[in-house]
Amino acid sequence: MISRQTSQRIAFTLLGLITFLVVVPILLVVGYILIQGIGAINWEFLTAMPRGGMREGGILPAIVGTVLLTLGTAVVAIPIGVGAAVYLAEYARDTWLTRLIRMAIINLAGIPSVVYGLFGLGLFVLFLRFGTSILAGSLTLAIMTLPIIISTAEEAILTVPRSFRVVSISLGGTKWQTVRHQVLPHALPGIITGVILGLMRAAGETAPILFTVAAFYLPRLPHSVFDQTMALPYHLFVISTQVPGMPLRIQYGTALVLLGFVLSMATVATVIRSGARRRRQW
Amino acid sequence: MVSEMKPVKFQVNDLSVYYDGHRALNDVTLSIYANEILAIFGPAHSGRSTLLRTLNRLNDLMEGVLMDGQVLLDGEDIYAPDVDVVELRRRVGMVFALPIPLPGTIRENITYGPRLAGVHDKARMDDLAERTLIQAALWDEVKNRLDDPAMALSGGQQQRLCLARTLALEPEVILLDEPTSGLDPISTLKVEEALQELKKAYTIVIVPHNVQQAARVADQAAFFLMGDLIEYGAGANIFTDPEDKRTDDYITGRFG
Repeated sequence: MISRQTSQRIAFTLLGLITFLVVVPILLVVGYILIQGIGAINWEFLTAMPRGGMREGGILPAIVGTVLLTLGTAVVAIPIGVGAAVYLAEYARDTWLTRLIRMAIINLAGIPSVVYGLFGLGLFVLFLRFGTSILAGSLTLAIMTLPIIISTAEEAILTVPRSFRVVSISLGGTKWQTVRHQVLPHALPGIITGVILGLMRAAGETAPILFTVAAFYLPRLPHSVFDQTMALPYHLFVISTQVPGMPLRIQYGTALVLLGFVLSMATVATVIRSGARRRRQW
Repeated sequence: MVSEMKPVKFQVNDLSVYYDGHRALNDVTLSIYANEILAIFGPAHSGRSTLLRTLNRLNDLMEGVLMDGQVLLDGEDIYAPDVDVVELRRRVGMVFALPIPLPGTIRENITYGPRLAGVHDKARMDDLAERTLIQAALWDEVKNRLDDPAMALSGGQQQRLCLARTLALEPEVILLDEPTSGLDPISTLKVEEALQELKKAYTIVIVPHNVQQAARVADQAAFFLMGDLIEYGAGANIFTDPEDKRTDDYITGRFG
């Protein structure tokens, strides 16, 4: 018979080990990519066009493409996502229609990204005749990002205490003034965190941009939103599988740049969140 | 009767209020006179707060509330379809049981209502802050730190700040829902003294947090039980010589 103290100790030890196991893959992935890829990183790699069948030179067009696609996604997804979250949290009553909308949002989050890609091809590239373009890619990524932004923003809005709303209304505020001056400012850190999480996913996805924007090899910067562009995730896929004789160094260097871009966004989100928690006054 | 001659601010006629089918107020009729303090008292679930919240239509925010009857402010039905509810809530300000400062400074809290109404004149705001803080008996304690966070004040100071914030709306009526329930005796006294001063300019309706407070502050008093108005009249009469046995029992502490 094991004593209660012993079984308690065993349980804690096991749980601790399991938790540590979660951290291991992250450390391994980041560490491995860093070690393999850091040798490729230099000024030319970050600022030059690819040369020699992408086996030499830099990856500038892919970096610029991913930044542009992320920005495009933000421009489309933030107003729509935050707007929808405010509506759902503050205005919508609990009817069959809003329940349907919520169900749609949950299901939207579950759609495989390659399906978004195909949908973007059908709607934006072909039907709306945007062509394979930054516009079509951004719109496709934005739709994929919306459910993340909506659900995290709604959650952030609902954490603002109800009493602030009642006080604001009782001081002669309209519903909109209350949302504008009490709810949104206090929900903002949470909203920004959700937005960045969504944009991180958009920046790293390959499938949605595959048919809608990504160029296999385009050693110049895009001229307009109707232009194609290279992008880091797709470029990584291309140089890892489609180009024979590709130096490993360049593959891992590209992976490292993508990882760095996404992780720096995550860092920004963390800083905003912890800063807001310190300033929080309730 | 002498009281019939006094100007009536609020007239409540045959008012019943239901929450999800449960009746919180039952056929209440009473007059609230201008420049007096009306204390609405009774045990929990007697309908006191419900009545208070019908006077500035804060019940509108809750779902499942049904209402029957009439509430007249200066003779006008505040539930008429063309009433501007936002404007009504400026005329009828409210202080809640728990002090709820909004995040921000003392000054920002006071000027919140006027700013929403479109007032942005700095000098006028400063003047308003000073005047309302003096009225709420808080000025001497905070005059040198108006730009400190409101949350840093003590509970008693926060509640007087909330009173000042309501006064900054320049309302005609002030509703107070157990405004001293979380306060120490000294702060309670300060609030009660402020009310005596304030009634010269405002009509005040208070849900006191006990019978003693009701007796101290009330010009008129209304005793409620389970949603029924049991007894209503001058405070001086109700607390010394109640007509109804139930009022007597409650005041003398036999229940409640």
